[in-house]
Amino acid sequence: MKKYVVIRLINIVLTLFVIATVTFFLMKQLPGSPFDEEKLAVLSDNQRAEFLSRYGLDKPVTTQYVLYLKNLAQGDLGTSYYFKGQSVVSILADRIGPSALIGTQAVILGLTIGIILGIVAAFRHNTFWDYSTMFVAVLGVSVPNFVFAALLQYYVGLKLGLLPVAFWESYSSSIMPSIALTLGVVATIARYTRNEMLEVLGQDYMLTAKAKGVKRIKVIYKHAIRNALIPVVTVLGPITVSLLTGSLVIENIFGVPGIGSLFVDSIKVNDYTTIMGLTLFYSAFFVLTMLVIDLLYGLIDPRIRVSGVKE
Amino acid sequence: MKNAESLVADEFSDDLFEVAGRREEDSEKISRPPMSAIKDSWMRLKKNKGAVISLVILIIMTLLAIVGPHLTEYKYYETDYGASYQPPNSDHWLGTDKFGRDQWTRIWQGTRISLYIAFLAALLDLVIGVTIGAVSALLGGKVDHFFQRLIEVLVGIPHLIVVILLIMLMKPGIITITIAMVITGWVNMARLVRAQIFKLKGQEFVLAAKSLGSSNSRLILHHLIPNTIGLIVINMMFTIPSAIFTEAFLSFIGLGLQEPHASLGVLINDGFKGMRNQFYLLAYPAVVIIAIMVSFNILADGLRDALDPKMRR
Repeated sequence: MKKYVVIRLINIVLTLFVIATVTFFLMKQLPGSPFDEEKLAVLSDNQRAEFLSRYGLDKPVTTQYVLYLKNLAQGDLGTSYYFKGQSVVSILADRIGPSALIGTQAVILGLTIGIILGIVAAFRHNTFWDYSTMFVAVLGVSVPNFVFAALLQYYVGLKLGLLPVAFWESYSSSIMPSIALTLGVVATIARYTRNEMLEVLGQDYMLTAKAKGVKRIKVIYKHAIRNALIPVVTVLGPITVSLLTGSLVIENIFGVPGIGSLFVDSIKVNDYTTIMGLTLFYSAFFVLTMLVIDLLYGLIDPRIRVSGVKE
Repeated sequence: MKNAESLVADEFSDDLFEVAGRREEDSEKISRPPMSAIKDSWMRLKKNKGAVISLVILIIMTLLAIVGPHLTEYKYYETDYGASYQPPNSDHWLGTDKFGRDQWTRIWQGTRISLYIAFLAALLDLVIGVTIGAVSALLGGKVDHFFQRLIEVLVGIPHLIVVILLIMLMKPGIITITIAMVITGWVNMARLVRAQIFKLKGQEFVLAAKSLGSSNSRLILHHLIPNTIGLIVINMMFTIPSAIFTEAFLSFIGLGLQEPHASLGVLINDGFKGMRNQFYLLAYPAVVIIAIMVSFNILADGLRDALDPKMRR
């Protein structure tokens, strides 16, 4: 177990190193500069040299790279080109709150609704409940999240006026983005829970429990649900990805000052340091979540030895 | 006993009887028309109502994408400032946008792009993913090791980030999106195909083929790939909607196709900006993309059930 975690952590560091290197040199290749070329041309040679040295751009690329890695090791992601004088880390710290709130709410809401729908659908297999759950699941997987968000904003925000249309003013501003983000989660979880549940319901130990005279509610809770939910942990990985992707558009649509909208904005203004920092942040978040999920899976299900997770 | 036997022999002579069991000449006869695996799957797919309806919708969508832009006299990039923001009418069937461009033409032009992206992504996924997966599993050793490490790194990065970084490096456009999707898209297919072929490799029929002297390429093309085809088709069918989504998503946040090109993502973004007053500009492209995505997903589900009965629940 310990050995497995250590190997995984080394792998993660290696992966992040590769990503940092690739993004660094990619950024150096990019056309267009984050600075206004015309204004830069007006500056005298001395001023320009001073300006470039402030951002460390006067040194050769290899030196910049070494410096970048050194700073990275100390948790410094550099200074933003666009937000004057602010470090990328401080911008991230400012922006992470709203994203975390929306993401957490979406996960909690999605898991709760998805699991309930999945269980109901499995117990009422091939009935109206089952079909409508599956319909919701297909819709949830198929409807692009930005289309759903736009329609939600139009109907709930504009037509009915129930919730704030956009911007980050009070807690109620976070409700619609969370709902928009959770649709995909609900769909994935409901579908997966239903399938696992149907599988479990057909097992012999369910019959044994019934034959022993265990109460129906206890059979459902102790035997069915617990066993069915174990594999559901594995879909948390893809769900993390969909939440990360979703946050990029949904924060834009609802004007949420989170890291998703920051990422899209910094791409539009060529803020290279912020893009690099966010890329690393996203990747680190992603690989660490994957690690946690794999470990969790081994813990919950004793049949799976953690070392067996590696292919 | 003896009595009964003689009675039978007396009353029923041999020529009254016929052989009811197996006959020499019939035992090898094929009583039903031969059924290939594809025919069998097709029959099972036909029984799935949702999948058939989806297939029909997709065929209609494809036909409309082909003929739709030619049904009106307008071009998708043709502006007419005198006719901006017209609601749907007999001249402009789905209305016009802020530059007076015909929305009907633009929507079907956008559908063309979505379908183009979908099929290209699926095709390249098929060619690259299957090749790498098959080669990796068959050759093993260093080649396999190399691809496994590469895949491990690629899996560690959220796909969209790779796509976005590549788009920044190249000009936004269809070709860039396609290349970006190829770089990230093959990973899943390669993993699945590799795992399946590894499983098949140890089975007797492969050993038999080998000992009969079949070459590696024959082994791959005639023995291993046909046994993996169900898995490949299923995975490909799920690649298609995600490719359509990726293109629309990128176009929506302004990193995909650029004006005056029309893709469903671009149209939805335009419609979203003006949805307060011109809701129809958002509604129609949204309906089209939802119809395409839902149909592809239901069809993919149906195909999975038809091709791989073990997966059916």
